[in-house]
Amino acid sequence: MTSRPGRIVVIGVGNEFRHDDGVGPRVIERLRGRLPGEVELVVTDGDAVRLIEAWSGASLAVVVDAVRAEPPSPGRLHSFIVSRSIVSRSIVSSGSRVAGGTGPGAGQARPGARQARPDAGAAGSGGGEARPRIGWPGSTHAFGLDEAVGLASALDRMPQRLVVHAIEAADLTLGIGMTPAVAAAIGAAAAAVRHDILGPHAVLSKRERIASSTIS
Amino acid sequence: MTHREQRTLSVGALSRVEGEGAMYVRSRGGTVEQVRLEIYEPPRFFEAFLRGRAYTEPPDITARVCGICPVAYQMSACRAVEDACGVIVDGQLAELRRLLYCGEWIESHALHIYLLHAPDFLGYPSGIELAGANRPLVERGFALRRAGNSIMETVGGRSIHPVNVRVGGFHRAPSSDELTALREPLRQALDLAVETAQWVAGFEFPDFRCGHEQMAMSHPRRYPIEDGTIATDRGLRFTAADFENHVLEEQVPYSTALHAHLAGRGAYLTGPQPRYSLNSSLLSPLAQKVAAAAGLGPTSDNPFRSVIVRAVETVYAIEEALRIIDAYEPPDRPAVAVGARAGTGHGVTEAPRGILYHRYELAADGTVLSARIVPPTSQNQAAIEDDLRGFVQDRLRLTDDQLTQACERLIRSYDPCISCAAHFLDLRMDRG
Repeated sequence: MTSRPGRIVVIGVGNEFRHDDGVGPRVIERLRGRLPGEVELVVTDGDAVRLIEAWSGASLAVVVDAVRAEPPSPGRLHSFIVSRSIVSRSIVSSGSRVAGGTGPGAGQARPGARQARPDAGAAGSGGGEARPRIGWPGSTHAFGLDEAVGLASALDRMPQRLVVHAIEAADLTLGIGMTPAVAAAIGAAAAAVRHDILGPHAVLSKRERIASSTIS
Repeated sequence: MTHREQRTLSVGALSRVEGEGAMYVRSRGGTVEQVRLEIYEPPRFFEAFLRGRAYTEPPDITARVCGICPVAYQMSACRAVEDACGVIVDGQLAELRRLLYCGEWIESHALHIYLLHAPDFLGYPSGIELAGANRPLVERGFALRRAGNSIMETVGGRSIHPVNVRVGGFHRAPSSDELTALREPLRQALDLAVETAQWVAGFEFPDFRCGHEQMAMSHPRRYPIEDGTIATDRGLRFTAADFENHVLEEQVPYSTALHAHLAGRGAYLTGPQPRYSLNSSLLSPLAQKVAAAAGLGPTSDNPFRSVIVRAVETVYAIEEALRIIDAYEPPDRPAVAVGARAGTGHGVTEAPRGILYHRYELAADGTVLSARIVPPTSQNQAAIEDDLRGFVQDRLRLTDDQLTQACERLIRSYDPCISCAAHFLDLRMDRG
């Protein structure tokens, strides 16, 4: 993979044939033509090795993925800054703020855990920082972001800055089409990514402003 | 927990298997009564979804069944559709397909060897800890895998869910220069693959034999990948068109995946080990030499040693890729015309994990009327269960934790791609 300085990559994780799991790739579609040309847009299935290959050498990597949370709130956007195995929940670039630690709807979110098992909840630690699931969930299909972060850290292949936007999914079974609440979050997630890359001066479209303002 | 009359072991999740699954073991009075491998969500969604689609669509749609082996799905789909339409794709286009498939074998085998299987032999809970303890080792695995990626990107258009494949060939054939650029990285990867085989040969392998009939594709002149008929080590031979006459699938109550067996013969195994056992004499001289040096005979029936077979096949796939690149002349057209017609077509190819069968029934205008997909893992379920029964019986003296670990290890040796057979397989192990 390329590793030129200042490289920025946006990675949409998911599978369009698993209903809401397709939200990450859909956000990437929404972003086409709306970001500077040098920003790379990547769609992948969440395989940890492919994630690592996509973000190796990047100064900024933004990952958009579906996530399961308990209690569920489909379409809710959780945003994290990830550094060396630590997920920081304190900053949400869309303007919404997710409570740190184990707050309702936030503490149990599992970025990347698209096939999360009931016993695989995040170990929220409060104080705005949480360690996601520890260990290997069991497969390259089910590899979550945390496994990719763990492996990338061991191999010194973390991007300088890694931001994650996780959209709560309702239906991850086989099939096409998305739950309306999840589909409705695509705009807000795209706006959040643009904000990550373009900064506070990002000019949001009217549609994006509306989408952002609906996120709670 | 030992020496109990009744034991029920539960394992929450089967780790380092492609997908998620569940296993259940019950023993009573020192005898294993039941072993179940539970699977959910077979690829029937895709079979239903394909109905009513155009005959050109199955390669792209079925590639989404599995992120690890999309090329396998594309190739079996292409072959089945072309068979239905009475078209044979040969010459450089067939060679390009084999080259692309080599890329997938390299990528898949490197991942399994380094991140999924090796931690078992070296005593690490996962590839993360292995990478932390021995970074250069895992870097070698990444470098090997990258060689496969580069083939997938150049021939397939991209490394995940290649977009360049179509019924009849490719959307665009690579130039000679593009393939030549792959040579040097592949030559370097060949050294890494040989080192990998030498490395895994030094692992300590439990003494265990799989007693099942072994089934693989067979080709008169070369190691089977994308072309050939089907054979077993006990003399059965048939073509793709006869697949459903010989391979019968049955529903088992605890699983939504179907269990396959050979008609009148029973459970069987497909995958790298059967492929090697039936075809080792067709490997390249270097791959044969590497296999012998790693302690493999002409056949192999210890599932734990499949890690060596994968390493040997990686050596072969790299050499084969180099051979195809050296002989490459861009074809006149990137694809041959495939006209729709009414009929049924069958396609089999050797996915990294074994035989992958597709069958399509087409209407005169090319609309898909029905589809059938039989992935390798669902073919292996019954044999894996049966092997586990014997394996557990001989190890009931172990504690629950030890036995659970041993079973997980054995299951990983078969490298089940549970996402192909189903998506969420949770391994539970239970003894009461």
